[in-house]
Amino acid sequence: MKKENIKPVDPGNNPSPHYSVSELDRKARFVVLFLIMSGVFWLLLGTLLALLASVKMHLPEFLGNAGWLTFGRVRPLHLNTVVYGWSSLTGAGVALWILSRLLKIPIQLRGYILVAGVIWNISLFVGSIQILAGFSRGIEWLEFPVSTMVAMVLCVIIISASVMQMIIMRNVKQLYVSVWYILAAFLWFPLLGLVSSLPVFDTPTVQAGMNWWYAHNALGLWFTPICLAAAYYFIPKVLGRPIYSYGLSLLGFWGLALFYNWNGFHHLIGSPLPTWFVTISISASVMMVIPVVVVAVNHHMTVVGSFKAVKYSPTLRFVVFAAMSYTFVSLQGSMQSLRSVNEVIHFTHFVAAHAHIGMYAFVSMMLFGACYYIIPRITLREWHSKSLIKWHFWLTAIGIIIYVGALQFIGLFQGWSMNNPDVPFTDTVTMTIPYLVARSASGILMGAGHLIFAWLLIKMVFRTSEQPAGAQVLDNIRKEFTV
Amino acid sequence: MIRLSILLFGIIATFVIAMFGLTIVPKFFIDEGVREPTYLTSFEITEGHRIFVREGCIYCHSKQVRPEGFGADFERGWGRASLPTDYRNLLPHNLGTMRTGPDLANIGARQPSRDWHYLNLYQPRAINEKSIMPPFPWLFEVYSERARPGRDGLSLPEQYRIPGMKVLPADEARYLATYLISLVQESTGTE
Repeated sequence: MKKENIKPVDPGNNPSPHYSVSELDRKARFVVLFLIMSGVFWLLLGTLLALLASVKMHLPEFLGNAGWLTFGRVRPLHLNTVVYGWSSLTGAGVALWILSRLLKIPIQLRGYILVAGVIWNISLFVGSIQILAGFSRGIEWLEFPVSTMVAMVLCVIIISASVMQMIIMRNVKQLYVSVWYILAAFLWFPLLGLVSSLPVFDTPTVQAGMNWWYAHNALGLWFTPICLAAAYYFIPKVLGRPIYSYGLSLLGFWGLALFYNWNGFHHLIGSPLPTWFVTISISASVMMVIPVVVVAVNHHMTVVGSFKAVKYSPTLRFVVFAAMSYTFVSLQGSMQSLRSVNEVIHFTHFVAAHAHIGMYAFVSMMLFGACYYIIPRITLREWHSKSLIKWHFWLTAIGIIIYVGALQFIGLFQGWSMNNPDVPFTDTVTMTIPYLVARSASGILMGAGHLIFAWLLIKMVFRTSEQPAGAQVLDNIRKEFTV
Repeated sequence: MIRLSILLFGIIATFVIAMFGLTIVPKFFIDEGVREPTYLTSFEITEGHRIFVREGCIYCHSKQVRPEGFGADFERGWGRASLPTDYRNLLPHNLGTMRTGPDLANIGARQPSRDWHYLNLYQPRAINEKSIMPPFPWLFEVYSERARPGRDGLSLPEQYRIPGMKVLPADEARYLATYLISLVQESTGTE
């Protein structure tokens, strides 16, 4: 706690610690834009890989002779690009901006974050090539080789340092609930990444345990807190009213911290791991109902009475859709962890769809909503087209609903048939094919939405009209980096 | 400032406790039983496992059998329930989470023929025309009919044959087939 005594390093130009909102946003501009835009690049690449993998499921001969594009390499790369590229980079950008606004302090260590961001992107490139070239680590969610993963985690640690510094140097007394979640995320993810890279998990079943402890926590302790922080920030902000209950926020946060940590082994029901470990995870998964319902009630009671605003604010539309998906996916997850349900849906497309409600309908939609709010404020420009934003929302929303509807419906039947030994195994494959085609179609819808989003973003950032003259741009950037 | 320290403590404590519970404690329970190098894993099997990982087989084929009475794994002839000792200390673990294709823990007992595996890897639809498994032609070599006398090419159905040529398994296909055939889970296990 000695650090408190260190005076904020802000010599000369700004002795007073009171920053105006526009000043905060101006200083955040370059870093946040860089993180979000590189995230969107990985989103587009990840979408392409997703489409490729999806099409290969029903047209197995499609690009069948290209070893580096075989399903078993494209599918893990899709996961890694959208998880560590799109969601993590954009999530970090969004989290930093929210922190800067809430703590009334400019984003700290901006130069370092920029360097970290560049290294992070390079790691993603290297890792992508490694997976396509066949050097995958072969562990789901951890396909990047350990060295690449560690490089990426070190980049996150630099951002974590910035988060800590912002909290210590903050210009407000209280820590709003979003700050708790963001602080937790930036402590949890580096720990997760480093522990999962330790060479101590050197027997197969123990490694399987580590695998699902990590994979479930990557969602629960990294993306979920960042996105809940965004929901807690944007819902009251857009509506202009305070969050419904402080007590519920507290309960929701500590409930998540206590129970989510223990959920991982519900991916291993029926596996050779000792049953009692699995049982611990099942109970923790059911306990997750508490923080989830609490957060849902808190958000719902904040929005209730102003639902009309969802119609006018694109941010709120995305954020509310995402928050509702969070409730849905979490309650579904608690159900899925029950042995009787898991017996049917484990090993089927149902789970793939479940994962996409989490990572897409919740995380990605939340990040889209956040971007629609943040980017006009840091670039001081308006979005190019309102109707295109609507298109983006409806294409992605309908896309993910088709995806989930089709695969969860057939996933149930796939599971029931698989558990009926009288049905030949081949039938459990052929019955899914029309639904796999529907998934490819839904992927095209979502992909179109992403292209619209990228187009809007590029149009906004690289717009030549109303752009300040070159010298002034340089001057602005220099100002952002003067500490 | 007390608030922040409680927050920090809680965040780290909840994480560390669960981390021990789910990763370190299982290690103490399981490692003991599987440490003994009772298996002689040959070079071919190790290489086969590497190729299995490289081609991402695990994204469609699980390699874990659920206990009798939980699902229909046993009734389908996929073997007895898997034990931690079944995994031969080959890393990564390959338990898998998906059964777009059938479980492979007992594939060696169901399909002990090398030729069956070669055919299935080169062109899955030569064996089951409804299969959606990707082909792996890069594990094979195509030679002229006259080359390598004495070695017969894969017996492919008419539509997959290349006129005047024969398809022979390359080293990688042989390693992978050896690995797959080594996956047998019929006995009561080594406990």
